[in-house]
Amino acid sequence: MNNYKLLSGNEALAQGAYEAGLKFAASYPGTPATDILEYFTQFKEVDAQWSINEKVAFEVALGAAFAGVRSIYSSKHVGVNVAMDPLMTSAYSGINAGFVIVTGDDPGMHSSQNEQDNRLIAKFAKIPLLEPSSPAEAKKLIKLAFEISEKFDTPVLFRMTTRVAHTKENVEIGERTEVENKPFEKNPRKYVMVPANAYKKHIDLEEKLIKMQDFSENLKENSIEINDKNLGMVTDSVSYMYVKEAYPNASVLKLAMTFPFPDKKIKEFCSQVKKVVVVEESEPFIEEHLLQMGIKCQGKHYTYRVGELNPESVRDIVEGKPKTSYPKAGRKPVLCPGCPHRATFVALRKTKVVVAGDIGCYTLGATPPLSALHTTVCMGSSVTIMSSLTSILGRDKAVAVIGDSTFCHSGIEGLINCAYNKTKGVIIILDNGTTAMTGAQPNPATGVTAKGEQTKRLDLVQICKACGADNVEVVGDSSAVIESKIKEYTAKDELSVLIVRIGLCKMIDRSKKPAPKFFADKCKKCYMCTSVDCPAIFKDENGNIKLNENLCAGCNVCVQQCRFGALEESK
Amino acid sequence: MSTINILFCGTGGQGILTAAEIVALAAMYDGYHVKKSEVHGMAQRGGSVESHVRIGKEVFSPIIEAGQVDYLLSFDKGEHERMAELLKKDGTDLYDDFVKGQEKISNPKFLNTYMLGVLSKHLKISDESWQKALKETIKPQFLDKNLEIFASAK
Repeated sequence: MNNYKLLSGNEALAQGAYEAGLKFAASYPGTPATDILEYFTQFKEVDAQWSINEKVAFEVALGAAFAGVRSIYSSKHVGVNVAMDPLMTSAYSGINAGFVIVTGDDPGMHSSQNEQDNRLIAKFAKIPLLEPSSPAEAKKLIKLAFEISEKFDTPVLFRMTTRVAHTKENVEIGERTEVENKPFEKNPRKYVMVPANAYKKHIDLEEKLIKMQDFSENLKENSIEINDKNLGMVTDSVSYMYVKEAYPNASVLKLAMTFPFPDKKIKEFCSQVKKVVVVEESEPFIEEHLLQMGIKCQGKHYTYRVGELNPESVRDIVEGKPKTSYPKAGRKPVLCPGCPHRATFVALRKTKVVVAGDIGCYTLGATPPLSALHTTVCMGSSVTIMSSLTSILGRDKAVAVIGDSTFCHSGIEGLINCAYNKTKGVIIILDNGTTAMTGAQPNPATGVTAKGEQTKRLDLVQICKACGADNVEVVGDSSAVIESKIKEYTAKDELSVLIVRIGLCKMIDRSKKPAPKFFADKCKKCYMCTSVDCPAIFKDENGNIKLNENLCAGCNVCVQQCRFGALEESK
Repeated sequence: MSTINILFCGTGGQGILTAAEIVALAAMYDGYHVKKSEVHGMAQRGGSVESHVRIGKEVFSPIIEAGQVDYLLSFDKGEHERMAELLKKDGTDLYDDFVKGQEKISNPKFLNTYMLGVLSKHLKISDESWQKALKETIKPQFLDKNLEIFASAK
């Protein structure tokens, strides 16, 4: 009997990799790719690890492939940026056992800081690119990815997008096939990428690209469907599904191995249809290649490089129309009730300093009414941007705010750099004991591995001291205490780290204290309590304060704001 | 059978993703091809939540086109106003049932199951598959109460 499960694209990919004999996986959490590594943690045959950042994840996963086992790296699209250094050179060295790089692209920026199109990395790095259009296809293609990787001794880029990664569909579950470890042989010409060796490897790589292109020409997964010859669509990824929805009768060339481009197949298809339209999300990657080949084709209006596509936008693209529909603003996300970060942002708002922020739940402190975070660029950039803000704007004019996991990811380097370059300023580490934004994954500072085993725990106080901070203090109290500590340390001509530990993230510690008491007769409607931006305390239609006791976790940050005694901590 | 489009909407913490999972599973157990699409991430922080479930013989797009929603299940007034225009001309808006459910069901945690009971009246999915999907998804200690509420809404 067939065994079907309802799996997401990420789960299906991971299941497929497991069935393909995978033995090693490394990742750093990031939406929409987090659940790939999480899926591997259930298997005893797979050494599944959270790494401290994507560069490290890439290198340990590549090392496993060198050592002779099938290995996978996964991260969100911007995570691949962090891993670009080893990625680019791994294309030269090649692998040993199969190695797949999974990128979770996020067209539409559902939870990302940009919507870069990582298909371009395949061309830049000269590695093959596979793109599934659905979860069921992701499971099939990941097996092919390992075969291609070993056939051509190359890392394979496997591109998911949010829509493929987080769609669920019926997926058939199969048996695992064990793959024997490949012996590691000392081979400096392959594994030591010094100029003389790399030069030869680059020559090999160019030849490999031609062979991979031949392979792609004959791949049945790059499929031609001839229907109505008046309209021919060239498409990839989830766009294929939108094409099938909007134009069920059109002829289609569906690219599953998008790079190296199967030029002969593209020519063959385009010669059979009257009008060629390229339908792809994000950059005009396929379109530019067709134009370069001298094929007359119609791409999407440039406005469609922004955001996701859908069946309606495919009609616009065929008709040559620009994008007119943009996502409507929904309800804004806020810090959870009881979130240990809230008190710090209430304190920061009062200090009026410029807050260099980072990537994590605390980025939510940027929106009103908290409005207490003023820069966010990428992982780890709070510490480094703060160091320049303080040196240029003034020592007491800016602070950095970073979470425990992000600090381990790439904040430590920034701190060492601050100490080395004599930065004076304050770094606030919000230690909630987890990687919260992506759903509470452990990290070095929590002392637990991806598989839930105890391990060495990074001591944040000790490492900050070792990096060269003049002062390291742990605070865990009211917003007023945090505010006074920020003022105390920004006044010093020194480098200070404040580690705020008020409690654990509410996703891992669901314990609650009673909701505060509210006395309506004492309320002056100053709304200081709602300015803490907590979903559990709000204004009703008549401007009266209401408490949602079901949501309230009893953190009392709202109570600390009330000057009229209308809110009182429950004992 | 042509594809049936079901849209769930509301805010984080209302059990919308669970409800969508249950209907998708039940349809799969009945042999349909299912696609269910949502966006993770910010939803966990009280933001808007939207889940698209498409059931049919062969489903292509994971998301429902505007104007093609057959059944709209809104768990929030604001979200209902935002999403109502996505309904098909002859689509079914189940918001009135949600308002009724709010009066009938004292614990809001069970409203998602109540709405599934309402939805089950409109879909050709066997009771056996519904039960199997509910059992698969809901924690054992809450199962009996959920089965009771599911049945009461039918």
